[in-house]
Amino acid sequence: MTPSLIGARIARKEDYRFLTGSGQYTDDVALPHQTYASFVRSPHAHANIRRISIDKAKRAPGVVAVYTGGDLAAAKVGGLPCGWLITDVNGQPMKEPPYPSLALDKVRHVGERVAVVIAETASQARDAAELVEVDYQPLAAVASGAKARGGPALHEIAPDNTCYVWAIGDKNAVDAAFAKAAHVTKLEFVNNRLIPNAIEPRAVNAVYSRADDSTTLYVASQNPHVERLLMTAFVLGLPETKVRVVAPDVGGGFGSKIYLYAEDVVCTWAARQLARAVKWTSDRSEAFVSDAHGRDHVTVAELALDKDGKFLAMRVRTTANLGAYLSTFASCIPTILYATLLAGQYTTPHIYCEVTAVFTNTTPVDAYRGAGRPEATYVVERLVETAAREIKMDPAELRRKNFIRQFPYQTPVALLYDTGNYEATLSAAMKMADVAGFKERREQSLRRGKLRGLGYACYIEACGIAPSNVAGSLGARAGLFEAGEIRVHPTGTVTVFTGSHAHGQGHETTFAQVVADRLGLGMEQVDIVHGDTSKVLFGMGTYGSRSIAVGGTAIVKALDKIVAKGRKIAAHLLEASEADIEYDRGVFKVGGTDKQKTFGEVAFAAYVPHNYPLDKLEPGLNENAFYDPTNFTFPAGSYVCEVEVDRETGASQIVAFTAVDDFGKVINPMIVEGQVHGGLAQGIGQALTEGCAYDETGQLLTGSFADYCIPRANDLPLFKVDTRETPCTHNPLGVKGCGEAGAIGAPAAVMNALTDALGVKDLSMPATAQKVWQAMIRA
Amino acid sequence: MSVKVSMKVNGKPVSAEIEERTLLVTFIRENLRLTGTHVGCDTAQCGACTIHMNGKAIKSCSIVAMQAEGADILTIEAVAHPDGTLHPMQAAFKENHGLQCGFCTPGMVMNALDFAKSHPSPTEHEVRESLEGNLCRCTGYHNIVKSIMAGARAMAGTK
Repeated sequence: MTPSLIGARIARKEDYRFLTGSGQYTDDVALPHQTYASFVRSPHAHANIRRISIDKAKRAPGVVAVYTGGDLAAAKVGGLPCGWLITDVNGQPMKEPPYPSLALDKVRHVGERVAVVIAETASQARDAAELVEVDYQPLAAVASGAKARGGPALHEIAPDNTCYVWAIGDKNAVDAAFAKAAHVTKLEFVNNRLIPNAIEPRAVNAVYSRADDSTTLYVASQNPHVERLLMTAFVLGLPETKVRVVAPDVGGGFGSKIYLYAEDVVCTWAARQLARAVKWTSDRSEAFVSDAHGRDHVTVAELALDKDGKFLAMRVRTTANLGAYLSTFASCIPTILYATLLAGQYTTPHIYCEVTAVFTNTTPVDAYRGAGRPEATYVVERLVETAAREIKMDPAELRRKNFIRQFPYQTPVALLYDTGNYEATLSAAMKMADVAGFKERREQSLRRGKLRGLGYACYIEACGIAPSNVAGSLGARAGLFEAGEIRVHPTGTVTVFTGSHAHGQGHETTFAQVVADRLGLGMEQVDIVHGDTSKVLFGMGTYGSRSIAVGGTAIVKALDKIVAKGRKIAAHLLEASEADIEYDRGVFKVGGTDKQKTFGEVAFAAYVPHNYPLDKLEPGLNENAFYDPTNFTFPAGSYVCEVEVDRETGASQIVAFTAVDDFGKVINPMIVEGQVHGGLAQGIGQALTEGCAYDETGQLLTGSFADYCIPRANDLPLFKVDTRETPCTHNPLGVKGCGEAGAIGAPAAVMNALTDALGVKDLSMPATAQKVWQAMIRA
Repeated sequence: MSVKVSMKVNGKPVSAEIEERTLLVTFIRENLRLTGTHVGCDTAQCGACTIHMNGKAIKSCSIVAMQAEGADILTIEAVAHPDGTLHPMQAAFKENHGLQCGFCTPGMVMNALDFAKSHPSPTEHEVRESLEGNLCRCTGYHNIVKSIMAGARAMAGTK
């Protein structure tokens, strides 16, 4: 028997094409009679549009068409829909303002689309876009979430710029617990707005065929079926049968490529008007103002403790800046995916959280790697670490005192944790990080003129959001299942179709490991197909670290059906009863005998059914499955960060970062470690270098990689990572998901370390050298 | 205004009539359809467009194609052996999981090839310094650093 492929470090199947330049990203797709789109974008954060003059642009060389919002409205093209309805504290639905793909009479953020020019070449489209004249009447703007409610109104239906006020938890019980607390720790902080910045900019290339009235859309998307569903059912009113969405190689997403964007709608609609292929590729400057941003919370948080350090209650008030419009899943991020995580890893019995979601004259905000859970972890872990310092208890000890140790565990904020072992990850992380030797290292640093600090973060996340019916009762307007199909070919090779989409996660390898292991095949005999609605039966796509837990399980369910049918075929071939057939990784065996058939022999019999029970069984071996999980999965972990701060300049350097995660069963440790590294980099970026800044008039101040600093190689250390496995109890692989963990746990760990180094209570992210230096001066 | 440019790309002479303002990267991607060279920004920060011009790694977004008149250009498509075998640097990236989404990868490899010529056994610090002009959003650089260290050593060993 070959060793199991589950848990094996197998080099990725997808690497060859990427390493040789033969990947096929959306902008690499060149279609016959290609045209190019360029968008005219608002330079104002808030303005009425008095008049748009397109005559000059229309006459410019190479121009094929110029469209404005009026053209889309006349064609009855719908606005961009929001996929989650939040009901407010008074039982009223959230305010859902119209979100036209091209602005009508008003613009509400810098970079909003006002017109599109389509031309024979990309440079002709750009040149002509410069000739579109827009007469704006600028209006007062508000960019800050904290100031939104008293600011100038963006939308008629929300005069106070409030989308909703939402709450979870028992406020009276929380207030009562605070009243008898021995100690209360209170923090006020901003969870800084981030700009995702996948290195591949968004792109779309749409083509219409009059021959069969069909539209094909190549798009850098994390979920092509969702894109098709929203586009056809809600915006263009087309049958799904006539629209094919292909998300080919996609160069990173991190959430930003989940959504249905206006550019996708405009190019698709324009392609149908012109019967030409219409391509738009975002440049980086456009990406900064038009890709959905992440985070942007202002929070006041309090933790009540008894005299022994047991947590009694937590009270949190957050204002979430949603930007100018509701992006596809914006409304559920600061509510369903945020406040429900505030129990963290602890037994805090009473939690109350109130969220005010507001509109501002900024780019819309939606899910970005972690999506609500980094914000929750930041609240919990900054509070816990600060409380430990205030009551002079070791921060690890305080956590241990409050860890959940009995599972399943029902939190006071709606979630039911199925399993976990927080002590295991914390003690492993402390050992790997040599916390015991920290005191000595701190003294050494001091002798070199540097301040050294150590900080923890013990995060929990909820992945694979589910089940659909519960989510539906909470306002979800889509299903949350996943689909998979196993197509066995006559010679025993297998094509797997998955509704999950990979844009860096390595599904072509990980999913192949799962299938090859179960069927006793070599990795080269299994191919994974994803990202094309004409090939994959259905899919909800990739977000929220759901691919292996939900998409992988759908594949396992389909595998179960393959094995069940294979058992019947093998029973016939072996002249045995089906009940006597035992199956293990590619071999069907009559129990207690040496009579057996391999998976390949069974597959061949299914397609060349000469010796086959045709009276009882259809030929062929092809099965599909839809899987809707019964619960979230709950990955958790412990991170330990050590920083050194230069006392002269305030420059900080992460000198050690240790991450021990519990993702349940790990399929490919090499890929999982890579996911953790990447998440950590983004979390450290949030803590130290990345901060989206607007001025008071709503102009974006951080509109390039020179101003918005995603981490460079020199900003990061080599990471120490490891895993502990507490298998998920409600999916067959025992998997939990690993894509977002690093980004969730890292910010709090870094900021806990920095505040420890400086001896200050709080410091705002990103903790640039300037901010750290100012904090040192004040301290 | 259009202008004729001629250069050698991946060993083959090429020429075309192009607009004067055409960037070298646009010429490579759109005229030659060599789409392995990518564009990730518009401010010469990300390095996804890195190629070799006359044996030196440059960002092909920051010069116009005319400036490469007569030059010898190497792109990612011609790095592997003609029979398809990966170059030792490419193999090191695969072995060390030095790529995820693959978009920054061609630029990373082209930059690393040039760097390794002068650094046969680089330290972690030297590799991180060498990545000053290349951005990756997926890997946290951890495995890219390991890949380049291993690739450089492999290249030195195979010389």
